[in-house]
Parts: sequence; structure tokens; C-alpha cells
Amino acid sequence: MKKLINKPEDFVRESLEGMAAAHSDLIKLNYDPTFVYRADAPIPGKVAIISGGGSGHEPMHAGFVGKGMLYAACPGEVFTSPTPDQMLEAAKQVDGGSGILYIVKNYSGDVMNFEMATELARSEGIRSLNILIDDDVAVKDSLYTQGRRGVGTTILAEKICGAAAEAGYDLPQIANLCRRVNLNGRSMGIALTSCTVPANGTPTFELSDREIELGIGIHGEPGTERTAIKSVDEITEILTRSLLEDAPYSRTLREWDENKGEWVDVELTNLPFTKGDRLLAFVNSMGGTPISELYIVYRKLAQICEQQGLQIVRNLIGPYITSLEMQGCSITLLKLDDEMIRLWDAPVKTASWRW
Amino acid sequence: MVSQPQILQWLQAYATEIEQNKAYLTELDAAIGDADHGINMDRGFKKVSAQLPTLTDKDISSILKAVSMTLISSIGGASGPLYGTWFLRASTAVVDKQELTEQDVLGLLQAGLDGVLQRGKAQLGDKTMVDVLSPAVAAFGQAVGESKGTLEAMQQAVAAAQRGLQETIPMQAKKGRASYLGERSIGHPDPGGTSAYLMLKILLGVLETKLLRK
Repeated sequence: MKKLINKPEDFVRESLEGMAAAHSDLIKLNYDPTFVYRADAPIPGKVAIISGGGSGHEPMHAGFVGKGMLYAACPGEVFTSPTPDQMLEAAKQVDGGSGILYIVKNYSGDVMNFEMATELARSEGIRSLNILIDDDVAVKDSLYTQGRRGVGTTILAEKICGAAAEAGYDLPQIANLCRRVNLNGRSMGIALTSCTVPANGTPTFELSDREIELGIGIHGEPGTERTAIKSVDEITEILTRSLLEDAPYSRTLREWDENKGEWVDVELTNLPFTKGDRLLAFVNSMGGTPISELYIVYRKLAQICEQQGLQIVRNLIGPYITSLEMQGCSITLLKLDDEMIRLWDAPVKTASWRW
Repeated sequence: MVSQPQILQWLQAYATEIEQNKAYLTELDAAIGDADHGINMDRGFKKVSAQLPTLTDKDISSILKAVSMTLISSIGGASGPLYGTWFLRASTAVVDKQELTEQDVLGLLQAGLDGVLQRGKAQLGDKTMVDVLSPAVAAFGQAVGESKGTLEAMQQAVAAAQRGLQETIPMQAKKGRASYLGERSIGHPDPGGTSAYLMLKILLGVLETKLLRK
């Protein structure tokens, strides 16, 4: 293992320290428990949006803390869920009196820990809701989840809901919007190489020079198929078809019901993309793939969408939700409406995302 | 009756039991999961053990709530929220109590189980801690219904928990990471079920010790 780290056990902390030092105008770092938060929070009257998850996916989530996006992010150890005390203290720090929306990726550990955080925040008088993101079409159940994993759509939801918070939406409005973004987004990824978790020191899985792994998650967990290496155009075609041909997907997710004061099961169904849809196309590097190669993916993706009568009206290309230094990419397509487009275009100023 | 000092004794003894069984629990988890259950539980209960001296003047509910917070903030993964939830819900069932009647203990056990069921969404037969906790609560409830005292009810609960744990051995896991092993998960007791069984067994041990002292 060759990495620019001092000691594996200091990886997360030292990385956060450097980030906080580099962006002291935007963010602050809290220890014990660990979370990153907006330097100007709490902001009275605005709903605060908090996300979090294992480290190793940078810039997600800490890189998206700032004006127009997240109010706080709770990093766990590498590929390990953060704990509820982090989320609770983050909520206390940034709550401006209008409540908290936790945006949660669908992994068992994240789901349970964020559920606890929601209950704890409520028991302390902080109004809070959580919305799950489960957009990965590759797997029904994975090593880490019941149902589909949460991947690329997560950060699109963070951007859109962050803008909504800035615009003064109330908590139920933002939760509804977040749910809608999740229901309109689909993702799928592919790996050319494994990543190496610092604490382990060896690659999580072995791929020969002639193999690729389709349908991987963001923790080096196995995909759906290992296959001989293909051209970028072929790979892009496989990923894009998986998104476009994904049948309606129904599942039960759990959300907090404010009227009942308890968790309720919510039946949700994604509808397939159809001709004429306006899309946001997101081509994401898993960490080790350069942007030049992402553009080759985007080139083919744009051709396929055009052939299918789908209109890409916004795009995002780069490393946003990564898996340490893994080579590979993921594609996320999100069906947009006017409201989402307006919020997408709204200003954002964070360490890793600004316009 | 279960007194506040007995609750403290139980938590201390359970922390010691977990430490002694750290390797065993991890070994069970290595067979069917990701090989960290013992390590994670020990990390959490070491913190609990260190915290207990600060809780000697608290009521039982406050003690259980403090333990819950310590567990969820230090165990992580899925065991953190599940054990954290068990203790959190148990605490809400015995608010302001310095001493627990058998009805209180039943309420505590039932609330803890309900919390775990809700949090983990597991059902009987999924090869989880539910397969141990659920029969134990039922047995305790039945004994209380037959006007048995706390000690006898707990003896029946632990016997039922032990049977429940044995029954997880031939089960194929349906929840958690173990479920992805499919048939390979057959033949081992569930690690979470094992730590749950030990938790009840140690509580019984504390109650029996008091009886012997009389």
C-alpha cells in the first residue's frame, strides 16, 4: 500500500483538519463527536440539512457543507457509518429552530444510526425527519443493505434540497422534495481496480488487468458481474441501458410520521424514464479515474440519450462520490422538473462545489 | 424485585463476560458475518464499565439511558443501534424507578424487544438476537402471569433464551450480512443471539447471587 497518510488510524482526523484549515471561512470542525458544520450556522428560520456516512467517499459529504447545500456532515471511520451522537450534536449545533432533514444513504448501519439520531433529536425538542436514498439499480440486496444502495443521487438531493432550504422551504416541503429527487434518480457503477482501505492495507478485491466489475458499490463491495474488459463505449452503453431499462421499482422505506409520532412504512415506486424527459446526467469518478476519461463516458452517454429522445438539460462531471482511489465511474440520471432545475441552478459555496 | 445496585452489578458483570467472550463472539461472527461482533461489543461495554462508577446515585431508568448512549456512540455498525435501542427502550419502560417488580422487569424486557424488532426489522427465524430475546420475553411473561416471582420468571426466560439460541444453529440467516452467505450460515449459533443470551444469563446470575446470600 502506498498512500499519502501518516498513520492509518489518523487518516480521517488529519484529513478533516486539513480541510477545515483550508476552508476556515466556510466550515468549522467539531471533535468528540466529529462533525463538520457551516461556519455561519445556525441560521434562524432555515431548515438545516445534515448528511453523513463512512469516510473514503470524499468530497462527499464534508466537501458539500456550506451556503446552498449541507449545514453539517458527520463522517464515520473509513466505510463505516457514523454514530448517532455525532448526528445529534451536529443537529444541536446547526438547528435554527426550523428543524433538521437528515439525508441518509440506504445501508443498514447508516439507516439504523440515523433513525436513532432522529429519535434522539426529537427527544431533545429538535424537529427532525430523515429521507432515505436508494438509487443503485445494480443490486436488490447487497452486502450492506436491504434493498438498493444509496449512491450518486444522494449528492444531487443534497444540492437541490440545500437550495430549497436556502430559499426558505419548510421541513415537510424539503422532505417531500428529497423523496421526489430519490424517486426520479437512478445510478450504476463499474470498477476497473479495487480500492485499498488504509486500516487493512491490501486491496479489498482482486481484479486482473483484463477484468472489470460491473454494478459495484462505493465500499468495494462486489458488483453483479465480473467480465472481460470492454471499450468505454461498450461500458457506457451497459451502464446507461441499465438505467434506462430499469423496470418500475417498488419498495417499502421507513420514514418518521410527524402526525403519528412514530416510524411508518412508506410504499414508494420509481417510474422508468420516458421519451421527452429532461435529465440531469452525472458522470462520477470513483476516485482514480481522470476527468478526461469521464468525458469519453459522457460523450457516449449523451449520444445514447439523444437517440432515445431524452434531453440532457444539466450535467455534472467529476469526482463527487468516490471510493478512495478506485478506478472506475458511475452514471446517475435524474429526471428533472422546473422546480428542481431552478434549485439546481441556485448558488452554492462549499469547499468542493461552488457556482 | 430487582434493585438499583443489582442493575449496576449486572452491567459490570456483563461487561466482564463480554470481555471474556470477545474472541468467541468474534469467531462466531467470522463464520457468518464480518468478524467484529466481539471486538465491537467489548469496545462498547469497556466504556460502560468505566462509566458505571459515575452512575451509582442514579435511578434505574437513567442508568439504562446512559448505557444506551455510551453503546450507540462507541459500538457502531448494526450492533450499536440494536443494543443501544434495547437499553434506550428499556429505560423508558422504568422511568424514575429505584427498584423493579416482576411487572416492571417484564415491561423492560418487552420494551427492549419491541425496540429491537422495530429498529432491525427482523422476525423470528431470521437468525438474529430476536430469536433469543423473543422467547425469553414470552417465557418471562408467562411466568409472571402464573404469579411467579422475578427470580423464577428470569430462570424460565433464560432457559427459553438458551433454547432459542440453540435453534439459531440450524437456521439460514435472512438478515444482516450473514444472509449473503446463504447456506453457509447454517451450523453456527448467531453471534448477536449469543451476546443477547449472555446478557440475560448474567442478569439471572446476579439475581441468584442475592438469593443465595439470604
